[in-house]
Amino acid sequence: MSAQTSHAAADSASATAAGKVHQSEVDTTHRALRFLTAGSVDDGKSTLIGRLLFDSRAILADQLDTLAKRAAGQPIDLSLLTDGLEAEREQGITIDVAYRYFATKQRKFIIADAPGHEQYTRNMVTAAAGSDAAVVLVDVTKLDLDAAEVPLLPQTRRHSLLAHLLRVPSIVFAINKIDAAADPGEAFRKVGIALEKFAAAAGIRVTAVVPVSALRGDNVTQPLAADWYQGPSLLQVLESLPTVQETVEAPLAVPVQYVAREGEGTGNQPRTLWGRIAQGQVRAGDSVQILPSGVTAVVAELRRAGEVVDACLAGESAGLVLDRQVDVSRGDWIVAPGSAAPRRSVEATLAWLDTEPAVLGRKYWVRHGNRWVQARIVALHHRLDIQTLAETEAQELSVNEIGHVTVELQADLPVQPYAENRVGGAMIVVDPTSNRTSGALLVR
Amino acid sequence: MNAPVNLEKLLPLADHRHLDHLEEEAIFILREVAAAFERPALLFSGGKDSCVVLRLAEKAFKQRIAGNDFKGKLPFPLVHVDTGHNFPEVIEFRDRRVAEMGERLVVGHLEDSMKKGTIRLSHPLESRNGHQTVTLLETIEEHRFDVLIGGARRDEEKARAKERIFSHRDSFGQWQPKEQRPELWNLFNTRIRPGEHFRAFPISNWTELDVWLYIARENIPLPSLYYAHDRQVIRRKGLLVPLTEVTPPEPGEQVETAQVRFRTVGDMTCTCPVESPAANAADVVAETLTVTVSERGATRMDDRTSDASMERRKKEGYF
Repeated sequence: MSAQTSHAAADSASATAAGKVHQSEVDTTHRALRFLTAGSVDDGKSTLIGRLLFDSRAILADQLDTLAKRAAGQPIDLSLLTDGLEAEREQGITIDVAYRYFATKQRKFIIADAPGHEQYTRNMVTAAAGSDAAVVLVDVTKLDLDAAEVPLLPQTRRHSLLAHLLRVPSIVFAINKIDAAADPGEAFRKVGIALEKFAAAAGIRVTAVVPVSALRGDNVTQPLAADWYQGPSLLQVLESLPTVQETVEAPLAVPVQYVAREGEGTGNQPRTLWGRIAQGQVRAGDSVQILPSGVTAVVAELRRAGEVVDACLAGESAGLVLDRQVDVSRGDWIVAPGSAAPRRSVEATLAWLDTEPAVLGRKYWVRHGNRWVQARIVALHHRLDIQTLAETEAQELSVNEIGHVTVELQADLPVQPYAENRVGGAMIVVDPTSNRTSGALLVR
Repeated sequence: MNAPVNLEKLLPLADHRHLDHLEEEAIFILREVAAAFERPALLFSGGKDSCVVLRLAEKAFKQRIAGNDFKGKLPFPLVHVDTGHNFPEVIEFRDRRVAEMGERLVVGHLEDSMKKGTIRLSHPLESRNGHQTVTLLETIEEHRFDVLIGGARRDEEKARAKERIFSHRDSFGQWQPKEQRPELWNLFNTRIRPGEHFRAFPISNWTELDVWLYIARENIPLPSLYYAHDRQVIRRKGLLVPLTEVTPPEPGEQVETAQVRFRTVGDMTCTCPVESPAANAADVVAETLTVTVSERGATRMDDRTSDASMERRKKEGYF
């Protein structure tokens, strides 16, 4: 995909303004595309999702009936389809990530509906960590279109930077309420320029910029009939995006999840080591190395979902039966011999999610792959200004803040840069007292 | 049993690789439960979703040689909360499947809670469905389960759409939606204190259609209620109420015979069938593609009272 991507990237400013999409050559359409939606309160996020569900016929008659009753004769408010909790209806905001499902003839989708409020940024991080794409809503009615350079809202910058930081592969801007602009074509052009400029400065690759009116349904699932826009609808963009690819062409790395002892007590049944392959592939007969022990063995038999198979690829849960008795337990890694160099200290980006601030030197639990180890933040190099990505000095990290840290681990772990592998490069930080998930670590 | 269905022929949407991906994710979650907890259990009501989860558990923990039956044992028992008002076809199916598979079944009886006085009905024919939570939590406590696997799906209902795959419950068994732990990547935070437990939902990301496609593809046995049969029903408030000893006709209501099937199976006092000629899983798949009413909207009397009824029940410790 390199030739096409670099061509597209070089041409990105003009291509995205026209609403074109980077195409992936890999056919991953059989997988549901997982995307998150981000945007400030009142940008029309819930309406947009309601519109996608409604127009793709994912809303059923009784659900519409409930809404119609509540609307009491007024037009149905599509945004009400998504606010599921009492507290959310009370406050008219979205508190927690909700997952919605819809399908077109082309593919299936899972929407991670993430809240826009600053105080719930941790939920946006939750949504972004598993997503193939982010749709960032930009409310055109909140922008000063007369300015020489249209200034973007802080939440637009914040959400796109977060999605970029978590390496959500595709970032799509949906310029909403475009029908409300006096000159929609001019508004789309100017906001597009502002987005491009911001994205270029932040190093964000923009996948597409599309104008929509979630309320009227313009260009959401039905293409816009306008002389100033001939690009795809938002749904057409989403149908064409790739899902996150597992790296098959890389040395094998399998975090051991579960050790099954079939026929325990019979004395002759081998153990099956189950684990979802983080990268690479494995075949019966391959030599493998166990970490941290360093012992090597040969794969005698491979299993997958109850059956014996010849090979397993990245992303699949493989059951490895080894040719000799070796000490392996949950949390260990099975790797291609000599391919991994475990480390006891890592530099990482830390997204703090807990209302208790991160404390330097305090012992936390950290989960990497299937292993829990204790860990200490030994240095906080700087905090990222989430609006600008500027690095500022800091003594601690509070909730919703992101910093660059050094973490010392209690044991050697085969970590990888997050940019190379999401499994090998990601960790969660858990408070040992409250058991809350306090932070997300992305290895640099 | 019906023969396996050729889904490619039936439907363009029946993409096997999509089902493979869902299966892979569910098996990963089931193994995580078995590895990360000391006393897990799988909720098995005999309903279609728990039948799918049971098959996924077989694939995660058992071995099948050349397409034969699965050999081996699950690393956890099955649990059922019996309200005493279950459809006899479902109880018969439950016991037969458990015996065929050689698994252990733990049944929590609502009647026992009523004898103990932890459940009091306001009148004898009151729906017992809402009271299940008490017996469920008592069963969890008695057997000291630290995680229960359930077949809930996020597409079922709005409160479920918010729930994590690993859902933390406090020592009262309560779900606290505002306190949910962020769920990042596949790094599940399963740490608990004594008295707390988790619910784990391996088919969170499946839709009703996915479930039926999988049932058809895998030829999963289900209670006969799920397929078309003649049944005596009463038409009440837009629903078909099955005639049973606990749901008698009200004065002036007509009893009639209709060809029906159940989309969901629960307590007799609150589960309604829909009119349907669908006689096998492939027919149901075809019907599900064109259905215009949600699973709960068509079939449940108790969830219709308020937009928030499911959320309230979940907060009390229900699934």
